[in-house]
Amino acid sequence: MRQYGVSRSSSAAKVAAVLGAVILIVLIAAPWWAGRADMRLMGELFLYLALASLWNLMAGYAGLVSVGQQAYVGFGGYILFALTIFGELPPIVAIAGAGVLGALISIPVATLIFRLRGAYFAIGTWVIAEVFRLTFAQVSSLGGGSGSSLPVGIVRSLASSRSGRESLAYWMALGAVVVVIASVYLFLRSRRGLALTAIRDNELAAGSLGIDIWRIKFVVYVVTAALTSMIGALIFLQKLRISPEAAFSVNDWTAFVIFIVVIGGIGTLEGPIIGTLIFFALRETLADLGTVYLMVLGAVAIVVMLKAPNGVWGYIAARYNVQLFPLGYRVTTEVPQKD
Amino acid sequence: MDWVNTIVQGTLLGGLYALFAAGLSLIFGVMRLVNIAHGDFIVLAAYLGLTVVMSTGIHPLLALILVAPTMAAIGYVLQRGILNKTLGDDILPPLLVTFGLSVILQNLFLEGYSADPQKMDAGVLETASVGVAGLSLGVLPLLTFAIAVAVIAGLQYMFFRTSLGRAFRAVSDNQEIAQLMGLNKRHIFGLAMALALAVTAVAGILLGIRTSFDPTAGGARLIYGFEAVIIGGLGNLWGTLAGGVILGVAQTVGAKIDPGWQLLSGHIAFLVVLAIRPQGLFPRVSG
Amino acid sequence: MPDPILKLTQLDAHYGDFQALYSLDMTLSEGDVIAVIGSNGAGKSTLMRSISGLMSNASDQVIYRGAPIGGMRADEVAALGIALVPEGRQLFPSLSVEENLLIGRRLQRAGPWDLRKVFDLFPVLEERRAYPSTALSGGQQQMVAIGRALMSNPDLILFDEISLGLAPVIIKSIYEALPDIVGEGMSAVIVEQDINKALSVASRVYCLMEGRVTLESDTETVSRNAISAAYFGIE
Repeated sequence: MRQYGVSRSSSAAKVAAVLGAVILIVLIAAPWWAGRADMRLMGELFLYLALASLWNLMAGYAGLVSVGQQAYVGFGGYILFALTIFGELPPIVAIAGAGVLGALISIPVATLIFRLRGAYFAIGTWVIAEVFRLTFAQVSSLGGGSGSSLPVGIVRSLASSRSGRESLAYWMALGAVVVVIASVYLFLRSRRGLALTAIRDNELAAGSLGIDIWRIKFVVYVVTAALTSMIGALIFLQKLRISPEAAFSVNDWTAFVIFIVVIGGIGTLEGPIIGTLIFFALRETLADLGTVYLMVLGAVAIVVMLKAPNGVWGYIAARYNVQLFPLGYRVTTEVPQKD
Repeated sequence: MDWVNTIVQGTLLGGLYALFAAGLSLIFGVMRLVNIAHGDFIVLAAYLGLTVVMSTGIHPLLALILVAPTMAAIGYVLQRGILNKTLGDDILPPLLVTFGLSVILQNLFLEGYSADPQKMDAGVLETASVGVAGLSLGVLPLLTFAIAVAVIAGLQYMFFRTSLGRAFRAVSDNQEIAQLMGLNKRHIFGLAMALALAVTAVAGILLGIRTSFDPTAGGARLIYGFEAVIIGGLGNLWGTLAGGVILGVAQTVGAKIDPGWQLLSGHIAFLVVLAIRPQGLFPRVSG
Repeated sequence: MPDPILKLTQLDAHYGDFQALYSLDMTLSEGDVIAVIGSNGAGKSTLMRSISGLMSNASDQVIYRGAPIGGMRADEVAALGIALVPEGRQLFPSLSVEENLLIGRRLQRAGPWDLRKVFDLFPVLEERRAYPSTALSGGQQQMVAIGRALMSNPDLILFDEISLGLAPVIIKSIYEALPDIVGEGMSAVIVEQDINKALSVASRVYCLMEGRVTLESDTETVSRNAISAAYFGIE
């Protein structure tokens, strides 16, 4: 007689967890083994991965497809500048402040744009980003249309030496992406996360089970806005300069993020990780081609969406029935030992 | 009098925005598809017009004779080749595919024409004006508005009085049953996209005459068209015209208060309508 | 004996992993009317979808006038002369009564049916021609659905549960009109829950249960008991 059990994990997940811990330790130690350029690259990769994981949570799980997340990236950046320059807050506190304010402003925004559905919602998010951009371009104390630089004193307050600042920037990026992925993972494992997965799979059925769809989507939107704002603050802390065009760039903060998630695999936690790696590999090899590189990116995204809509990870997961982040429930069978 | 002039200018501007929106509205009405690259197609028409004008020297408005059929053909091929495969219940595929198209188009423009702003020269048309009721109105804006009205009237006629329009409405209502009636939906969708891009061609040429454009101009055009549709109400082309006018007036009034406020005023008007009457001003609920 | 106009050979139909029809065999001679009866879920609508092309099957499992059409799309099948009056009427809400009928004419096949003839058959539709189709009663909508199918001048017409949701007196009047509809050599398959009505107009009857044919007989000689047994699966 077989015995059946239900478990959340699998051997692949356990292996991945161990491997992940090892990789994390190696990454933490990077300031001692990696060069300056490599550390900058990795830092940038971490921040993109964080943005991608957040976009994936909204679009792949909550069904909220936004082409306007640059609103919060830019918002976070500008709030960082405002809080450190005018509020004279230490940068770390300002980053947290950016998160809180990002959450607060996302509430009235959500109330407005949730009146739109589907693709119209998407364009609505873009309009909001434009409103943010135009509004901040009017604020002359933050540089108006041409932007401003972060004062040297604030930069120095982070750490006294340049290598100290670079290590700190790297660790903050690493910390940010770990926090984001961990938060998303824990959220998806929770009851609310289960509800979200149900919504992703079949919204109508989920609603009929009594799941308050709009409340959950609202919460996801606000939390994503908060975390995205914090990432934005981090990004511009490192760039040391902000302008409306750079802060609210559709290409940088939305197009690339979307491509990462689509190519990697939407609706999975592993997808954005794969996608970010592929994106950076492509960028390092092809970016010299300029516009051609971007056209290739666009074409790849189209082909992936038409032929393999679940992305690279989706293909692997389906083919080999594997899941590295233990999110599902598996039925296990054990044949009891014969004496 | 100044304010009257501002409002009239805004109204005429609304005609252009309505043209931006008409193609978008048509496609959504027939196949529930929102084309994120719509603005970039407007710009494509402008660049095509520029190419024709530069190589043949004919007047930009005449270039329409070449550009409109070209855009229609592009639309048909695009729909049957790529976009038909994205249609279905999931909103992600059409959104992401058209987003990818947008990126490709913008970079194509960059490759072909560099990032410099371009403009088509319509000669006397651009500066001529007529006096109407004490106001001096530009001929080009008047013509644009008249064309917008004509295009929308033409589309309405097509939709409600022709066999093709019946086919569009039937396929939009119920794809399966339309197939039973012998309608090949893939072909019908292709025709709808062809028509939408032909209308977009008109919008693009008029845009290219009126202001300068560059590879990244598409995003803003998509947004204006979208706002006109939402303000006016889904499913109603005349409503879209009204929406365009309201948007145009909001922009010109805002600009009069402070030039830097022009675009922001338009967005604010959109947000206000979204807040107090989200279904739009003249919605026609379709099945 | 001339070839049958429609021949189903070992017809299988699947919805994903679920199999709805199992090796169905069915024959229809030209000019004949057959009835297909069965309880809910027996596979009757799946059968209609398969024949009309809404559902794709193996090419040679559906033979029409000797040609395999199992894999064809619905619009291709319609062009060959097969029309379906779908379950639940399914009129186009954005179109008026007249426009719904005109849609049927799109195929431009030759034949006696046109707007005039449909209005002669169902005069109430002529009064309501400009109304939106959704403004009509259930029975009138059924008339529009039938008229719409007739407008394409089909050689084979499929009726999927036309009595569903209609009052008995309306059902009666529609069935009384059926001989006019199916006159002049048109072949028909009538899927019905109302067994009596179905048997009254058909020359042969098939009974389906769980995707299989449980009874095949001509309507003159079939017995009530045989039908009950086949319908409910009682041994």
